[in-house]
Amino acid sequence: MNGPFEKLRRQDGVSRRDVVVGATLVGGALLVGCSPADLMSMGSKVEPGAFGPFIRIDPDGAVTVLSKHIEFGQGNHAGLAAIVAEELDADWSRVKVIHAPANAKLYGNATAGIQLTGGSSAISNSWEQLRKAGAGARAMFVQAAASRWNVPAGEITVKDGVVSGGGKSAGFGDLIADAAKVTPPEAPTLKDPKTFSLIGTDRVRRKDSLAKSTGAARYTQDVQLPNMLVAVVAHAPRFGAVVKGFNADDAKKTPGVVDVFEIPTGVAVVADTTYAARMGREALKVEWDEGKAETRSSSTIAQQWRDIAAGKGPSDLKWEAFDSRGDAAAASAGKGASVFETTYDFPYLAHATMEPMNCVAIVDGSKVKLIHGSQAQTLDQMNAAKIVKTLPGSVEVETLFAGGSFGRRANFPSDYVAECVTIAHKVGKGRPVKLVWTREDDMQAGFFRPLVHHAVRVTLDKDGYPATWRHRIVTQSIMKGSPMPMKGPDQTAIEGTAGSPYLKATPVVDAQLALPEGGVPVLWWRSVGATHTAFVMEHTIDQLALKAGKDPVDYRRTLYAKAGAQRHLAALNLAVEKAGPAPAAGFTRGVAVHESFGSVVAQVAEVRLVDGRPRVGRVVTAIDCGVAVSPDQVAAQMEGGTCFGLSAALYGEITLTDGKVDQSNFDTYRVLRMNEAPTVETYIVPSGNPPSGVGEPGTPVIAPAVANALLALSRTPTTRLPFVRAGA
Amino acid sequence: MASMLDINGKTVSVKAAPETPLLWVLRDELGLTGTKFGCGMAQCGACTVHVNGDPVRSCVTPIAALEGAKIATIESLGGVHPVQQAWVKHDVPQCGYCQSGQIMSAAALLAQTKAPSDEDIDNAMSGNICRCGTYQRIRAAIKEAAGLTAAPVVAAPAAKPVASNDVDDEIAAASGSTGRGASQ
Repeated sequence: MNGPFEKLRRQDGVSRRDVVVGATLVGGALLVGCSPADLMSMGSKVEPGAFGPFIRIDPDGAVTVLSKHIEFGQGNHAGLAAIVAEELDADWSRVKVIHAPANAKLYGNATAGIQLTGGSSAISNSWEQLRKAGAGARAMFVQAAASRWNVPAGEITVKDGVVSGGGKSAGFGDLIADAAKVTPPEAPTLKDPKTFSLIGTDRVRRKDSLAKSTGAARYTQDVQLPNMLVAVVAHAPRFGAVVKGFNADDAKKTPGVVDVFEIPTGVAVVADTTYAARMGREALKVEWDEGKAETRSSSTIAQQWRDIAAGKGPSDLKWEAFDSRGDAAAASAGKGASVFETTYDFPYLAHATMEPMNCVAIVDGSKVKLIHGSQAQTLDQMNAAKIVKTLPGSVEVETLFAGGSFGRRANFPSDYVAECVTIAHKVGKGRPVKLVWTREDDMQAGFFRPLVHHAVRVTLDKDGYPATWRHRIVTQSIMKGSPMPMKGPDQTAIEGTAGSPYLKATPVVDAQLALPEGGVPVLWWRSVGATHTAFVMEHTIDQLALKAGKDPVDYRRTLYAKAGAQRHLAALNLAVEKAGPAPAAGFTRGVAVHESFGSVVAQVAEVRLVDGRPRVGRVVTAIDCGVAVSPDQVAAQMEGGTCFGLSAALYGEITLTDGKVDQSNFDTYRVLRMNEAPTVETYIVPSGNPPSGVGEPGTPVIAPAVANALLALSRTPTTRLPFVRAGA
Repeated sequence: MASMLDINGKTVSVKAAPETPLLWVLRDELGLTGTKFGCGMAQCGACTVHVNGDPVRSCVTPIAALEGAKIATIESLGGVHPVQQAWVKHDVPQCGYCQSGQIMSAAALLAQTKAPSDEDIDNAMSGNICRCGTYQRIRAAIKEAAGLTAAPVVAAPAAKPVASNDVDDEIAAASGSTGRGASQ
């Protein structure tokens, strides 16, 4: 979600107007002259408080930060609160964080233009906004104290929530009534970052660890409301199939089942309890119309992608150039020893969050309330409003913690949210409905990381460095169907190859993208395009270095120098330095470096083979993420991101046989476990730049680092993932 | 036909049919939602509880099998169990959804093995999946809770010296670490 939203932000008024029109249609009202945020928040009852939309202060002086971003593991709540607390000079031990309500105008993501958590942007897009919010509130307390004590404002100081001056001092709570009446400054003075006493320190720790260690943290799955019904849905076995008919006689006889009815995505079974709903579904008989269903196997689709890259695709398929420099014909010409040519194949991947998708919806006439782990509140509001025919802004959203997402909980049709709202709308009368997906529902519902094919052809110059680079990417478009129209190629398919320092360092480049249609719903998946582009670029570089007879680290250094990629060079050097001279006994090292979401991550991974399969030990990580607001949470994201990337690299693969998803649970979709987890060390490159992404950039680097270690170990390149095939 | 169950030291009467998995009785009937639903087939461990002190996957355990057994859920640990304290100190959770199950598996391990080796930890914990990848901190926290040498999950990055709070200073000083997780 890096590329598309960057793109959107940079675009001119045309796309903004498109958004307005799209949102207007969604809301069922024709409104002209509103900004998208105005429009999408229309009908909202959410109002900012005296200290603005992000800060509430209690009479006892405790500070509550309202996070416009969902916390589903990234640790962003700690960082967001720390930004406010730093500028406010609050007592960090008395700062708590809650999820803000939904309102695109007050809580829109500055990068995306709608309320959405994604693109590793929570901290970066909030940096200025929350610094100003904290500084503004601080100025109001200073002014209140200055007036009360008749002391010049310049002589007032604030520390740990205590305001002092003229020999007097008072807590925020003592001054709150006066401070709330002060006009907030339009351009509050921000601190010199050199004076930060909280940001960048290990005092910035998670606020939710205790609640998440006692079972007290509340997730969608845990919502229990009076009179609530639980719904499960029988979904079609193939994407694109629809209900032909169903027999609910036995299902309705199941104790606890209240109703069974058809909805656009299948047949809903509504019951008193989760278990009853599931038993009811087991007794249900559904016939499907598969006339328009996707019936291809994933192996067939992969072969079609390969054919397209090889120039054997349908004649009407369009190729889009995303980087071209010099004489393109030269990139396809040249023969002999200087030519390197290979292809790579990447499978569909499921997000497989620990908490399967779910949602609670309450619909009473045109009134809608959603209670769930909402990653894209504005999209959820728009989609719910479309079903109930109301204004998007009037859809109330209570955002809860989510048990992971990795991108899954934000998608253009709000798939599971819309399903829940449809059911709750049918139930009506304000009766709460909790939609529960089983693991099997979740794993087979699609919205996978798309299947991707890359074809690469590089010729080396006399010194062994790339002289020409031809690159073809074939995949399904993630951004197709977006209500936010894009110009140019789908960035989610190319980011990471596009913008690569290796392409910048190559005199002749011919890089193109093809996006054939597919019936499988696809979606961003933690680190999006980088999930494959990082692998292709980094593993190719080691193969080129091998061909040129050069050390892969030195080879990168030369290319970074050619490309002016100073941040890549610094991260690489730090990781290599911290890794030390030699790997642990029995291990072989592989290196990879990749920039995503504004941050550069370099890793040195130590790998050995156990029963012929790669096992990763120590992983030394260096990251340049600008100012690290919470160094501990940066480290946590490097640890977690590495595990997430390694899990997919080792085992991750969703396959289809005749259109049916073969995997259904963790027995068939294997993921990384404790005994396979690496030990990740994290080092942060010193930087005075504003914060950049952290949640995703740790994910894409480990797979090529492991492949490069295996290349060093066996001279065998890896041309497809995962490393370990099912049944192998 | 109510079933009588001994849950967290109390005898409770539940209405659910005897074949109902304990997980759904805990969550839907008793409101003990700390125990999580993850997979429904004993693959992920999010639903782990103790039955007579042993870690058991409640999603595949029908209540009919539990009459007379002592059942303990995450709620019984009270937030003060050494494992929970270590979890907080190391900021183990990310999304947090799997952590009730992780903690119940870890608590059962430590009740039976006072000083677990890495291999013991692998064996006891590999039935619990964490998709956020908190395994490294789980391992460190288990060792901390066991009173073994604490692994320094929190220490100043060598490349960027930063101030630490008191607790972190102690950990860093004790370990002499040069980086985050360096000696785990």
